[in-house]
Amino acid sequence: MNIIVCVKHIPDPNLPGVMDGFRLKREGVQGVLDPGDEFGVEAGLRLKEELGGEVTLVSMGPAQAQEALRRGLSMGADKAVLISDDSLRGADALVTARVLAAAIKRGAFDLVIAGVESTDGYTGTMPATLAELLGVPQLTFTTAIEVSDGRLRVRRQSADGYQVVECSFPCVMTVTAGVNEPRYASFKGIMAAKKKPFEQLSTSELEVEPDALKPGQEVVEVSLVEQRKAGEVLPDDGQGAVRIATFLKEAKVI
Amino acid sequence: MAGPNPHDFLDLSALLNDEERLLRDTVRRFATERISPGIGGWFERAEFPRALVPEIGALGLLGMHLQGYGCAGAGAVSYGLVCLELEAADSGFRSFVSVQGSLAMFPIRTYGSEEQKERWLPGMAAGEIVGCFGLTEPDFGSDPSRMRTSARREGSDWILNGAKSWITNGGIADVAVVWARTDDGVRGFLVPRGTSGFSTRDIHNKLSLRASVTSELIFDDCRLPAGAMLPGVSGLKGPLSCLSEARYGIIWGAMGAARACYECALEYSKTREQFDKPIAAFQMTQQKLVDMMIEIQKGTLLAIHLGRLKEAGRLSPQQVSFGKLNNVRHALSIAREARTILGANGITLEYPVIRHMNNLESVLTYEGTSEIHTLLLGQAITGHSAFQ
Repeated sequence: MNIIVCVKHIPDPNLPGVMDGFRLKREGVQGVLDPGDEFGVEAGLRLKEELGGEVTLVSMGPAQAQEALRRGLSMGADKAVLISDDSLRGADALVTARVLAAAIKRGAFDLVIAGVESTDGYTGTMPATLAELLGVPQLTFTTAIEVSDGRLRVRRQSADGYQVVECSFPCVMTVTAGVNEPRYASFKGIMAAKKKPFEQLSTSELEVEPDALKPGQEVVEVSLVEQRKAGEVLPDDGQGAVRIATFLKEAKVI
Repeated sequence: MAGPNPHDFLDLSALLNDEERLLRDTVRRFATERISPGIGGWFERAEFPRALVPEIGALGLLGMHLQGYGCAGAGAVSYGLVCLELEAADSGFRSFVSVQGSLAMFPIRTYGSEEQKERWLPGMAAGEIVGCFGLTEPDFGSDPSRMRTSARREGSDWILNGAKSWITNGGIADVAVVWARTDDGVRGFLVPRGTSGFSTRDIHNKLSLRASVTSELIFDDCRLPAGAMLPGVSGLKGPLSCLSEARYGIIWGAMGAARACYECALEYSKTREQFDKPIAAFQMTQQKLVDMMIEIQKGTLLAIHLGRLKEAGRLSPQQVSFGKLNNVRHALSIAREARTILGANGITLEYPVIRHMNNLESVLTYEGTSEIHTLLLGQAITGHSAFQ
C-alpha cells in the first residue's frame, strides 16, 4: 500500500509565537513536527506494518521544514518530499492543498493521511480540500482505524459519540490526537533517516498553474487572544456536583 | 532579537550535529513522558520500574556506543547526550544505562569470546537481559587490587568464592560480570542468575539512588564452566577500562541532574513572591541562579569537548577523571543551592531538587571517589602518586 502522510513543520507550540507582520514567523525560530501530525505518521507506519507497502511524507514549507520530515523518517517513514519555494510564503489553505495535491499526484497512492488541523493555523480545511482536488473520498476525525476486505473502515468522532464509516481506496483520512500512541524514534531510526530518499521540489517542478498559487485569502487583522479571566466560582450549596456536571455537559466534555 | 536562551546560554546546541540534536530531543521527551511522571513515587517507594527497560532498549540506548551484536555504534557525544537527558530525570536511570552498557556489555563486547558475545549482547541491547558488574567488595572500594573474591580451577571448571557489594542492578540482573583473583591475575567471569552457589541480597536502607537496585553478590563455591571466563583480558586493567567508560557517561549525566535543579529553581524563583516581588528579583537569588547557569554551561562544554576527544580516540583516563571530578562536584553544589531557592518546598518530592541532591551524593563517590580522582590528577601533574 502506498501511504502518503502530510506533515507540517510549525514553530514550537510550547514557545510564545513570534509575528512577522500578519504572519507567524517561521524562519529562525525553534520548530517542530506538528504534534498532531505525529498521529498521522504513526497511523501510516502501523498500516504499513500490517499490510506492507511504503510511507511517504509530504510537506510544504521553508527549507527548515526538513527537520520535521527527518523526525518522521526517523520514526520509520520510508521517504520524504518537501515542496519549498519562496513564492509560497503566505500561502493559504487552498494553495497549500493545490501544491500538496500536485506533489501527491506525481505517483500512485492508496491512502493520504493528515492531521485534523495544524497546530499553528488551525483552519482544518486543508485535508477536505485535498480530497476534493484528488477526487477521492475522505474519512475525517478518525479515532480508530482498520482495513478489511480492501476497504478502509474507521470510527469517526462526532459531537455525541462516534460513527463507523468506510470507503474504498484511494482516499484521504484525517486522524485525531489519541487515535494511537506515536512511537519514539529509536537511535537506529535516527541514523537510518539520514540515508533515506529526500526530495526537495520547487513549484516549477509540479504541474500546477502559477495563478493557482496566489492566495485568494488575505489576513487583514491579527490580535492577541484575550487574557483568560478568572473562572466562575460556584459556591457549593449542596448541588455542587450537579452544577459541575451540567457545566461539563454544556461544554460537551461529558 | 531576544537575548541568549536561559536554558542554553552559550548556544552549545550549535556544537551538535542534526542527528545528535534529534537524539537528544527524543530522549528528553522519553524521559519527560515516561520517567518524570513516576519518578517521585518510585524514589519514595524505593522501586526501579523494570518494565521500562525494554522501552529503553527499543530506543536503542543500551550499549549504544558499542558496535555490532544488536548495538548501534553511536558516537561518544550521542551516548553522552543520552546520559545527560536520562539523568535530568533521575540518576537511577542513567546509572542503569551506564551499568548495562558500559560496565556489563562493554567488557563482554571487548574481552568476551564470540560465543559469549552472541549469547548475551543482543538480549542486553534489547533490554530483555539485565547485566551488572561486580568489582567493589565490602572491604575494598578504592583499592580493588586487594580484592578477596577468588576463582580457582577444579578440572576445567572454576570455583568462585567471595562477596561483592554496592552493585547497581545486582538483584535484578540476569548475568553478573564478576572480577575475581586467580593464579593468573584478576579475571572476569560471566555468572548467570540461578547458578548454584550465587545469590544476591538487596541493600534497602539507602537515602540516595532509591529508584535503582543496589545489591550484594554472594559466591559460595559457585561452580562455573571454563567458558564463563572472559578470555580477552587479565589484570585490573580489565575492570578499570570498564570504569573509565562508565565515568565518561557520568561527566554528562551530572550536568543533566544539575540542569534539572537549575531549571526548577529558575521557574520557582519567577513565580514565588515574597515582599511583593518574585524572589528572582532579589540579588542573592540572581547570584545563585547565575552561578548555577555558568557552571552548567561550562560543565556541558567540557563534556562535549571530552566527547569529541573520545570520538577521535584521544581521551585519556586522567582527562575522564578531570571531567567526572569537576562536573559531579559542581552538580552537587548546584543541587544544594537550588534547594535553598525552593526553601521548604525544596525538601519534598514534589520537586526534583532534593532527589537529585541525594542521588548526587552517590554519584560523587561511585565510579571513583572525588578524592581518588583528585589524586589521579595530582599524580598526572606532579609525577608523584599519593595513594599507592
